Amino acid sequence: MLNQIMQSRLRGVMLLGLILIFLPAFFANPFHYELAIQVGIVAATVVGLNLLVGFAGQISLGHAGFFGLGAYFSGIATGTYGWSSIPALVAGAIAVGVVAWIVGRPILRLKGHYLSMATLAVGFIIAIILENERALTGGPDGMSVPPLEVFGWQLSTFGRYSLFGLEISGVQAWYMVAGVLLVIATWFALNIIESPIGRALRSLKGSEVAAGVVGVNTTKYKSLVFVVSAVYASIMGGIYAHFQGFITPDLASFDFSIVLITMVVIGGMGSTFGVILGAVVIELLPQALADFQELEMAMFGLILMVTMIFMPKGLLPTLNSVVPNITRKKAAEVRHDSTG
Amino acid sequence: MTALVEVKGLDKVFGGVHAVEDVNFSVEAGKVYSVIGPNGAGKTTLLNLITGLYTPTKGEIRLGDESTARLTSNQLAERGMCRTFQHMQVCMNMTAIENVMLGLHLRFNSGLLATLFRLPSMRRNEALARERAAQLMDYVGCGDYLASEASAMSYGALKRLELARALAVDPKVILLDEPAAGLNATETAALEELIRKIAEQGVTVILVEHDMKLVMGISDQLLVLNYGRVLAEGTPEQISQNPDVIAAYLGG
Repeated sequence: MLNQIMQSRLRGVMLLGLILIFLPAFFANPFHYELAIQVGIVAATVVGLNLLVGFAGQISLGHAGFFGLGAYFSGIATGTYGWSSIPALVAGAIAVGVVAWIVGRPILRLKGHYLSMATLAVGFIIAIILENERALTGGPDGMSVPPLEVFGWQLSTFGRYSLFGLEISGVQAWYMVAGVLLVIATWFALNIIESPIGRALRSLKGSEVAAGVVGVNTTKYKSLVFVVSAVYASIMGGIYAHFQGFITPDLASFDFSIVLITMVVIGGMGSTFGVILGAVVIELLPQALADFQELEMAMFGLILMVTMIFMPKGLLPTLNSVVPNITRKKAAEVRHDSTG
Repeated sequence: MTALVEVKGLDKVFGGVHAVEDVNFSVEAGKVYSVIGPNGAGKTTLLNLITGLYTPTKGEIRLGDESTARLTSNQLAERGMCRTFQHMQVCMNMTAIENVMLGLHLRFNSGLLATLFRLPSMRRNEALARERAAQLMDYVGCGDYLASEASAMSYGALKRLELARALAVDPKVILLDEPAAGLNATETAALEELIRKIAEQGVTVILVEHDMKLVMGISDQLLVLNYGRVLAEGTPEQISQNPDVIAAYLGG
């Protein structure tokens, strides 16, 4: 059952939408909303990264760099130059896409550890630039970013809004924005995967030689997926900047790149809904472990290790293979009944 | 008949090893042309050179009117050349039919925007590709695996699947690297039938194979390699009576 739902694009997206709609029933205070918004933004980023890592079998250990670039582009364009948010997000996505393309062309020739090292370096360089261009970025102290503004309508976490006569708070409005973005990000990713482009990407992981001999331009598709995943990161970085209202170069840090990759691996490489689950788990685990205080990071590491040992394919794919065993048996019985 | 594939003075050196040395031959359109020789004779290297996986150290390769020695394998696919591999290259992270649909990449591709929004044009293309892929799977005899994951298929079925994928490119010339390796007698007989069918449709076949019964049965022309050099070329009858070939390869 779970498998069937996950395999059908539309039903998967609808299920995700339903979960997002009913989730606030469990929220007790604005902090829960803020946490959910943050998870949603990061999850959408990871959905994009998964196209590169999970499906195309390439790696990026510098993806936070693109997230940070997107965040600073939005921050500087709206804060310093007074642009409107949407044009800033679009221009940022284009700029980051171009950067990713220029950087990707030479480094995507590399494979395995060498590609890891090269992408790692890209992330570091971006973080260093953000830290040192004080005049533009405010340096290590960071910079403040104005609230998201759409057609003259400002969306601040502290605001109050009315939607169809319903009074909602700023965080609730933001929750809707983040939820809609996550659904769109997921829908786009699923559409890419189940398409000729998606097959070309998956063939890069399955067999690059085979891809080449049937006419797939492997260089082109590696660049394409690198750019697409960087654009995902850039847009979500820009959104994150508006949501937080304050950004620092930490957004582009190596640590955050590793967090993003961990979410992909824990959730389940090559499973779009899996990596969303990965983002939820990795973002919420520190909250759940807060009671352990100084042991928090040790517990965090231990849980990751145990998960990887017992669920090497990731959370959702493992669940998928356990649950259908039960439902399949039932389905077989039903089929037997109807024929007999 | 004109030559479809022509190889002139082809050389490939790996470090100090001359894997292929001064090889010349031409393949006429619509024929089955086989390359045989002992292990390490340079057969697979020759195939890799022709299909753009290796770049020749020296020499010329022509496909039709065009010199193709410097082209990559995907550019060669655009010009109607495809191949299978001795060590199968099937994408195990996809379903069986998706592997064949990958072979239709050049014919049924859609742009990024059409893909992102799943426009009707893209969905139509996908339906056509799926239909064509299913036909091809039936054609090569793995129609039973339409709903399978590639990783769930048997060795013999995977070999046929790889052939279906190569045919999906709609090639003028198809190169098969040891298609019968690891197959039993029944499977080999079925394969022979299949290669014959493919050739009858006008597809030129270049075959690297160790199974002499298969090779002698279906080849129009044979090339014998030994230590990277051409030992002999001729019809199956000529080759089976050639004293050099018997000494080097076929055995007393």
